[in-house]
Amino acid sequence: MVLELQSVSRMVEGRVHIHPTSLTLQNGTMNVLLGPTLSGKTSLMRLMAGLDAPTTGRILWHGEDVTGRRVQDRGVAMVYQQFINYPGLSVYENIASPLRILGRPKDEVDRKVRETAEMLHLTPMLARKPLELSGGQQQRCALARALVKGAGLVLLDEPLANLDYKLREELRVEIPRIFEASGAIFVYATTEPEEALLLGGNTATLWEGRVTQFGPTPRVYRQPVDATTARVFSDPPMNFTSALKQGARLAFGQDVTAPAEGNFAVADGAYMAGFRANHLSLHRPATSALDLRCKVIVTEITGAQSFVHVSHGEDRWIALVEGVQVLEPGQEVSLWLEPRHIYLFDAEGRLAAPASYAEAA
Amino acid sequence: MQKIQNNRAWFLVLPVLVLVAFSAVIPLMTVVNYAFNDTFGNNEFFWAGLEWFDEMIHSDRLHAALGRQALFSAIILAIEVPLGIFVALNMPKKGFWSSLVLVLMALPLLIPFNVVGTIWQIFGRVDIGLLGHTLEAIGLDYNYVNDPIDAWATVIVMDVWHWTSLVALLCYAGLQSIPQAYYQAAKIDQASRWAVFRYIELPKMKGVLLIAVLLRFMDSFMIYTEPFVVTGGGPGNATTFLSIDLVKMAVGQFDLGPAAAFSLMYFLVIMLVSWVFYTVMSNMDKAEAGQ
Amino acid sequence: MARITLENLAHSYSAHPKSDADYALKEMTHVWQDGGAYALLGSSGCGKTTLLNIISGLLRPSQGRILFGDHDVTDAPTTERNIAQVFQFPVVYDTMTVRENLAFPLRNRGMDAAYIASRVDQIARMIGMEAMLSRKAQGLTADAKQKISLGRGMVREDVNAILFDEPLTVIDPHMKWELRTQLKQLHRQFGHTMIYVTHDQTEALTFADKVVVMYDGRVVQMGTPEELFETPAHTFVGYFIGSPGMNFIDAKIEGSRALLPGGEVVDLGANYGTVAGKTRIGIRPEHAVLSDHGLPVRVRRVEDVGRHRILRAELSGAGFNIVLPEDAPPPGPAPRVSFLPGKVGVYADDWRVAPQSLERAA
Repeated sequence: MVLELQSVSRMVEGRVHIHPTSLTLQNGTMNVLLGPTLSGKTSLMRLMAGLDAPTTGRILWHGEDVTGRRVQDRGVAMVYQQFINYPGLSVYENIASPLRILGRPKDEVDRKVRETAEMLHLTPMLARKPLELSGGQQQRCALARALVKGAGLVLLDEPLANLDYKLREELRVEIPRIFEASGAIFVYATTEPEEALLLGGNTATLWEGRVTQFGPTPRVYRQPVDATTARVFSDPPMNFTSALKQGARLAFGQDVTAPAEGNFAVADGAYMAGFRANHLSLHRPATSALDLRCKVIVTEITGAQSFVHVSHGEDRWIALVEGVQVLEPGQEVSLWLEPRHIYLFDAEGRLAAPASYAEAA
Repeated sequence: MQKIQNNRAWFLVLPVLVLVAFSAVIPLMTVVNYAFNDTFGNNEFFWAGLEWFDEMIHSDRLHAALGRQALFSAIILAIEVPLGIFVALNMPKKGFWSSLVLVLMALPLLIPFNVVGTIWQIFGRVDIGLLGHTLEAIGLDYNYVNDPIDAWATVIVMDVWHWTSLVALLCYAGLQSIPQAYYQAAKIDQASRWAVFRYIELPKMKGVLLIAVLLRFMDSFMIYTEPFVVTGGGPGNATTFLSIDLVKMAVGQFDLGPAAAFSLMYFLVIMLVSWVFYTVMSNMDKAEAGQ
Repeated sequence: MARITLENLAHSYSAHPKSDADYALKEMTHVWQDGGAYALLGSSGCGKTTLLNIISGLLRPSQGRILFGDHDVTDAPTTERNIAQVFQFPVVYDTMTVRENLAFPLRNRGMDAAYIASRVDQIARMIGMEAMLSRKAQGLTADAKQKISLGRGMVREDVNAILFDEPLTVIDPHMKWELRTQLKQLHRQFGHTMIYVTHDQTEALTFADKVVVMYDGRVVQMGTPEELFETPAHTFVGYFIGSPGMNFIDAKIEGSRALLPGGEVVDLGANYGTVAGKTRIGIRPEHAVLSDHGLPVRVRRVEDVGRHRILRAELSGAGFNIVLPEDAPPPGPAPRVSFLPGKVGVYADDWRVAPQSLERAA
């Protein structure tokens, strides 16, 4: 089974919610929609589910046009940020409810409910009411309800956003496992790059109603096609500075030059250079590394690592460095950056030269 | 929102359409028919054109009733809205007392209109009524049958008793939706009680208040049963509001043409005023939300 | 600004608590220094919100005292405590402009108009909202509203403490970085005592000088981010701090050696003598490295999380995570793991045990 969006768009009251988008989601894949709030993740999901009709374009489900079909007639399940369960029913009845609506025989319902509950570690709580459960268990119950009817398309709209950090971490590891067992198309919306990476599969990055890139998650992360994608898919945010290629030299940031070789061998002109926080270092990692003189704004320590917020001329950057670094605000530091970790984007923000390390990774 | 087209839905609403046609559209059309014709019964109609409308627009009797009606609605809104807000603010927020108060508040709303009228009609009587007798006993000259002021006071107090609960309950629902954090923040900011009301409670209640004012305005503007039972529109014409006047004209005097023209104008006035109310208040809302 | 003292503080929501389990907050005594940045970290239901409500005056503790400086405020209502608070969801006065919102706490205290104007301008600059001062707060985005809440918390110079109740919950990841740095700078600049409640370890560790980790109504450890990471006092701290959390493996402790269930031997680097109770060793995923020697592990899978990879493996029959650098080669067919020296902790009944001596046993 394949879900295919063919230049699907959606306008509401003259405003574009989704620009014409074409996506093909293969059966048995995990697909992450990554983007900030209001970037169109939920709108896109509603189109996929059939809750909203596209303004233009077609939606094909296994080659069949389902554009105008009602959501009830499609094999779709959805899980929301809020924990939505029937409060009056037990966990067992909650999970059984989609099957009962389909009028499945009793023994089949019982078997499927128990199987699904087992997969989501809900077996000991089957007799309880959802509100007597912890948040994580409530959301697992909602997940079970979505999975039990064997829908071909399961849409998860920031399902972990309302959970504690640590619980989120556990479920992030669990969800790919559950997904593998179900074999459906999963679509998972999130605002967090880290979540996308942990879920793996494919990622579509969204920005202002537009899918900027779609592909295997690590590739989108390491080989973004434009600056917007790189920005959306970086946490801490990607660092940027201007760069100018002239002849054999590339001028970079404030008074830093590098030989225009390797991934710097681009046409003469102005570029925007982007690099991630974790590629900056307080120690010189290689002889080719560039020395960026920065002024410390503030340091955040996480125990194993430190986030150093710095300014470099007009630019503000974040460096993620190893160990506990006590740096005073205003202090001048050298941050080292290897050219192979630098992406060059052209004036329109399109990728002009990929970071060479990414090609190897 | 653009939804998927589904024409089956029309079949589902068809019974309602038929029902509405019988209960509202056809009677309304009958009224329209009467309004433009003269009739002496026997289903004989003579075209009268705009004559009845002309007559009604220039009728002193109608002007007087309209004036009384407007004054009545203004007074009860001026009393019930602030009083309802005040009551809502002082209702217990949770626990046993809150349930009890809710039930007590809902009671007047459950009593049929004519029973409310009868209750107050007896309550206010000087000979056997608790209120009337007590007032007389303490030396107040109270008699709603003879004294227009007393009659008005009785009708107004009755309406306030009957309907303030509605305003209070709506406001209470609005207040319940305010997260506790707002009150905590206000305490920390050392906001006065007035500031809490002005900047937290009132903005959150605005939506329900708009509905409350609209409901109370429309209802009070059409009031009939209670004053009819208590005062019968008297003394003289002192409490003859629009509906009472209309019934007198139509049933009492059998002036069907003018009465029909009157009803239509009455209907339009209520629509117009409600629309103006709604537009003004929701525009205020939008202006506040805007930049 | 004030030092905050919690003296034999405990709280139970039931009127007649019978056992320890009835206490949402178990007895504790702590002194929080004037001008410090503290974070209360724990999962939901650990008592951190109860403690915050006691400090803010929303709850009266069922036992013990709370002091601001030398002043007992146990019975003082919120208004008299002179604190500021920023809530989980932005609390702004929708009908007021941004300027009025910021000025509100000052105006209510009858401050001089000229002072209010200059102070509001200063705060607006700090939170980067100078351009929006005349706008109505209604209709602003969640992060703009939360900035206003932050600003309102910051606007009074004389507050005893500023309390933050998971203030970044509704904020997009990118904005979190900006708001967190702003908070940190504000703290540096104004030196207020700050207490920040969160379930998010990154927020807690990056914000605070001292992180107070709570578990089951108890403070299990209070320390710098480094201490919590390097030497967790309790297995919960080990699990809760770090992603993934610390690896724990059942082990029998014999002097300076730990015996794992599969018969493997781990050198502890110090002498622990004999340790009673349920004993385990704890190693951070960051402190385990793949090497030619060491203990054999079975690889379950490798996750690419961008800036590093997580190797999910099995050691001595238990799950064991190893953090690998971004550009590390994939593990070989029979990988072995060794631990960085001095990074293995010993835990008995969930609490960390100190070695008897730093010399190894003979």
